[in-house]
Amino acid sequence: MENEVAVEVQNLVKHFEIKLGFFKTLISKEMPVVHAVDDVSFKIMRGEIFGLVGESGCGKTTTGRALVRLIDPTEGKVFFQGTDLASLPLESEIRKLRRRMQIIFQDPYESLNPRMSIFDIIAEPLRIQKVVKKEEEIHERVAKAMEDLDLIPPDEFMYRFPHELSGGQRQRVAIARAFVLRPEFLVADEPVSMLDASIRSEVLKLLLDLQERLHTSFLYITHDIALSRHMCDRIGVMYLGKIVEKGPTEYVIQKPLHPYTEALIAAVPVPDTTARRIEVVIKGEVPSAINPPSGCRFHTRCPHVMEICRKEEPPMLRMEKNRYVACHLYGNSKSPKKTDVTS
Amino acid sequence: MEPLLKVENLKMYYETIRGYVKAVDDISFDLSKREALGLAGESGCGKTSAALTILRLLPSNAKIIGGSVTLDGENLVGLSDKEIREKIRWKRISMIFQGAMNALHPTYTVGDQIVEAIVKHENVGKGEAMERAGQLLELVGMKPSRVKRYPHELSGGMKQRTVTAMALACNPDLIIADEPTTALDVIVQAQVLKVIKELKERLEISMILISHDLSMIAETCEKAAIMYAGKIVEYGDIVPVFKESLHPYTKKLITAFPSVLGPRTELSSIHGFPPDLLKPPPGCRFHPRCPQAMEICRKEEPPLKRIGNTEQAVACYLYGE
Repeated sequence: MENEVAVEVQNLVKHFEIKLGFFKTLISKEMPVVHAVDDVSFKIMRGEIFGLVGESGCGKTTTGRALVRLIDPTEGKVFFQGTDLASLPLESEIRKLRRRMQIIFQDPYESLNPRMSIFDIIAEPLRIQKVVKKEEEIHERVAKAMEDLDLIPPDEFMYRFPHELSGGQRQRVAIARAFVLRPEFLVADEPVSMLDASIRSEVLKLLLDLQERLHTSFLYITHDIALSRHMCDRIGVMYLGKIVEKGPTEYVIQKPLHPYTEALIAAVPVPDTTARRIEVVIKGEVPSAINPPSGCRFHTRCPHVMEICRKEEPPMLRMEKNRYVACHLYGNSKSPKKTDVTS
Repeated sequence: MEPLLKVENLKMYYETIRGYVKAVDDISFDLSKREALGLAGESGCGKTSAALTILRLLPSNAKIIGGSVTLDGENLVGLSDKEIREKIRWKRISMIFQGAMNALHPTYTVGDQIVEAIVKHENVGKGEAMERAGQLLELVGMKPSRVKRYPHELSGGMKQRTVTAMALACNPDLIIADEPTTALDVIVQAQVLKVIKELKERLEISMILISHDLSMIAETCEKAAIMYAGKIVEYGDIVPVFKESLHPYTKKLITAFPSVLGPRTELSSIHGFPPDLLKPPPGCRFHPRCPQAMEICRKEEPPLKRIGNTEQAVACYLYGE
């Protein structure tokens, strides 16, 4: 069962066109596009938590949304248990699949309708999907979902409104809403980044407990590589719309291969006074995704940049222990074999 | 050595129709020259309110109930608004506000905005001030020519550097940095933090760094004060506070942060939620969430007491008789 693929992403591309003013459209030959996601591939096994890690604007959220088809990809395929999501033309068919896949958004202050009671918020997916018909059953399912997230006693919270709850409680409601349908696949987009540290770890624990119990497959999106250690089985590090490295979380963190991953890890402050102090390995900031750099997109900031990096895009190479890296530094050594679609 | 800033039993409540919000309730700490103090705690614990009280940038419903803020022997609480504005603010103590990079005026160049801060506080001409603005930008690692840029032409990291330069405009003795890197990505955050640290060392200024992120404080400060629900629960040199933390809250909070270094440890969690500061729990404010709560914790408030002869102080009944 562990080896079953739950979700497979093949060469996903998402470009957003930029609207120009009337006169500019007359002059310019090409419409400028934001290369939000460019040729991203990965697989998520059944019951696995796959993390996408990267800075803001790297395309991790766009990828997550494309996976549950909240946005239509420009190119590429997303297979959910064998069905290509992009090939489903009808909203009704997508909706059927959504019963099995859900998403948790980043900001619980914006993702809950302020005019709906907590009960209605959590019951809404059940009603839309018409999974249970009877009111008592809906009540039962909602109460159970709330108990699972430690919103106890459920009756005390059910008839309140989002503004009466704290941030941590709201995010639990958002998670309860995502889990009430017992989905097989869940996208969690920075579910705890808005929460305080003392509340954060409890929410994460509840999430992990539920995941283990229901054997849900997860795409966990985060900017915090330190946190991904606690949540993800495998991670993919994204930079400017591309995955630059992926592999089992511990290996990637202990021994990063890509210079960007290395820089990302070095920049994370450590809650320890005797540990190494902040190091800044790379200069500058992420370039614009409208005209991404040629060749390797990281070459403008890379400390190991070579001639080839400016011209050719590095292919995704397979390294040891199920690890993949897209970097010319590893091109010739060990003669690793080139792969197109990767695990 | 006489400390630069001494805060004693400072109390500041917000007056609301439902009663007083006890945002800053009896806090004390001191800060020497060239020292950095980290004021840590979760949102709503009163860390920003404490900073605003020191600078007296309070809204009209805020009342300083008691205590003193002494800067070089002068009690700031007794000064009038005018005196604070003319003598203290920006010249002696300046602040990098949370989210300030997004509060830059969009239709003025960053140079103009730094010049405004200088001209308002010091008796210099615009030309000279503009020259200084260029030097200030250089100080934070930007090209002096950037004074002519508008905020939208700068990246997030650059804007944060600009507001840092603005805080330095009148050569203050103390800078209060309120979450100076929160909105930035981790690599840019490290870059900005490094600039702030180097400036502190080079210009020999003191700093209060306010952050919810303990890792950031661990890497930049010499002292730390951990706040919970309007009170300081633990205070002392950074190494003992982190390595031999005493208060159950500090212990839990530190281990709630994931680390990229060393072995993977389980993240600790604190059950429940921080209290409502309109009606804080009686006794120790942490007792409803404390795993080691005793009978006395529910009734009496623990004072912040020094442990032995060290600088470290803790407000908890587990320590001392």
